Formats: sequence, structure tokens, C-alpha cells
Amino acid sequence: MHIAEGFLPVTHAVGWTLAAAPFVVHGARQVVAEVRERPENTLLLGAAGAFTFVLSAVKLPSFTGSSSHPTGTGAGAVLFRPPVMALLGTIVLLFQALLLAHGGLTTLGANAFAMAVVGPWAGYGAYRLTRRLGGGLPPGVFAAMAVADLATYVTTAGQLALALPDAGTGVAGAFAKFLSVFALTQVPLAVGEGLLGVLLFRVLTANARPELERLGLLRPEPAR
Amino acid sequence: MTRSRLVTALLVLGVVALVALPLVLDGGTSEFAGSDAQATELLEAEGREPWFESLFTPSSASVESGLFALQAALGGGVLGYVLGRLRGRRPAEGSRAEGPREDGGS
Repeated sequence: MHIAEGFLPVTHAVGWTLAAAPFVVHGARQVVAEVRERPENTLLLGAAGAFTFVLSAVKLPSFTGSSSHPTGTGAGAVLFRPPVMALLGTIVLLFQALLLAHGGLTTLGANAFAMAVVGPWAGYGAYRLTRRLGGGLPPGVFAAMAVADLATYVTTAGQLALALPDAGTGVAGAFAKFLSVFALTQVPLAVGEGLLGVLLFRVLTANARPELERLGLLRPEPAR
Repeated sequence: MTRSRLVTALLVLGVVALVALPLVLDGGTSEFAGSDAQATELLEAEGREPWFESLFTPSSASVESGLFALQAALGGGVLGYVLGRLRGRRPAEGSRAEGPREDGGS
């Protein structure tokens, strides 16, 4: 989902940066507020950021014969709501743009919008929907992780199509073309990321149940 | 407890299988190029040229993979620290029922 440095036209680079900036600023405020008002959640906040850090560093092979990396933004979106991930995801992207030449500064806005804004919100929506339909925490987390991952890549395909429409088939044709690069490869990775998310939340449920209850993810255990 | 362990083992197995099967099934025919790089190649094939270069580009593939490993290590280290701290305080709380309980959902 990393659009390479310098490949977005200037207007698009500026536009996506302006679009992503308010989310990131709001996210930064939310992180500060969370740490200040509920310092007991700082550990979990660190876990959410670390989870994204690990997952987005690892390129995994897929059935399509190409490889790609998960995003890991769904976990934090479920724990702390999506705005927090706007900041954490952008930090990851900035790290990769500066040190790894992966993504870039001119494309940071677009990449942040895809991975740190659309992904977490889509994942959070999938989580809420799953819970409302009666699903427990694990199915909700699975849906959040997988949808956040897929939505990120679909967004990237859309951004590339908008910026660089196909000469013959226009934006729609370019969208299909970029989707064919990203989407199919991403499906097994999204499933794998969903399973990893469930594993993470099983560990959290066993060891951080009070926090999860306070965050409203689990109902308090009935007294026995 | 045993059922919970079984579920955990199956989840781990599922993740490993999802990564390992593509490598095994294709029999060494694909190169598993990164999808990001493929998209960039598509753009270059159409004559799009980057108008801005990365400020810093790792000078070799080995250095680059090392930096990726650094990113994963930082994340893994922090995650392990947090989970270890959370796990470590469990006996200290003591009051919580520690019996065989099916966890992982409400």
C-alpha cells in the first residue's frame, strides 16, 4: 500500500496531505488525552502501536506469487477507536519513508490516509457491525483486522487510479488494474492478520481483562 | 484450559499455513515480488517518472532488509515487553478467579 516517493502528482500529494492532516492531529490529541486521563491504558496503547510496527515490517508471500505486508491497524482501532491509529499508523509510515525508502514524504499524506485513516475506520466499522450482530470479541477482532487490511489496499488502488488514470480506460480501468495488483494478493494476508489479531486479543483477555472491560470490549465477569 | 490451548495452537497453525502454503504450492516458480514494487513498475511502464527522490535510500538490499528487521524488532520488543508486564502482574493481583475458564470472548 506504499505509493513510492514522487509518483503522485503534486496536486494529489498536497491534497491527500491536507486530507490526512486533521485526522493525524486529532489522533495525536486523542493519544495525549488517553495517556493523561487513563495512564493505566498506556501499556495497551504501546501494544497497539507495536503491533502495527511489527506487522507492517514483514512482507509475506501470498497465493498469487507476489508478496505484501499486513497493516496491523485493526487492533488499535478496536482498543482505542480509530483516531488513535491515525497517529500511530502515520508514525510507522514516517519511519519507513525516512529510513527504508519505502513509501515517501510526498506520498506520506496519501499513504497515511489509506493505512492510518481509512483502514482503522473500516476495521472499526466491521468490528461494531460484528458485535451488533451478536458476534463475540474474537469474531469482531478478526473482522476488524481483515477489513482494515483490505480497505487500506483498496484505498491505495483508488488513489493511484485517481492520480494516474489509464490512457484508454480512464480511472475505472486504472482502478481495476491496480486492484489486480493489490487486492487478490492481500486476501490471504488479511485472513492471516485476522487470526493474529484474535491471538493477540486472547492473550489480552487472559492478562488484561480489567482494561478490556474498562474499554468496553468485554462485559465484566459475573461475580461468583 | 486444554480447549483454550487447542484453539491457540490451531490459530498459530493457521497463520503459519497461510504463509507457508504459497511458498510450498508454487514449487519455486514465482519470485514473490512485493505488490508495492509491482504497482511502481506498472507506473514506470507507462512512462511515469518520480519527481522527488527519497532523502535517504539504503545503499544495498542487505542494509534495507536489516532496517526492516530493525522495525520488526522494535515492534516485537515493545509488544513482548507489554505482554510480559501484563502477564507478570497476574499472580500479584491474586483476587481474580484463576480456575479453568474459557477465555477469549464475552
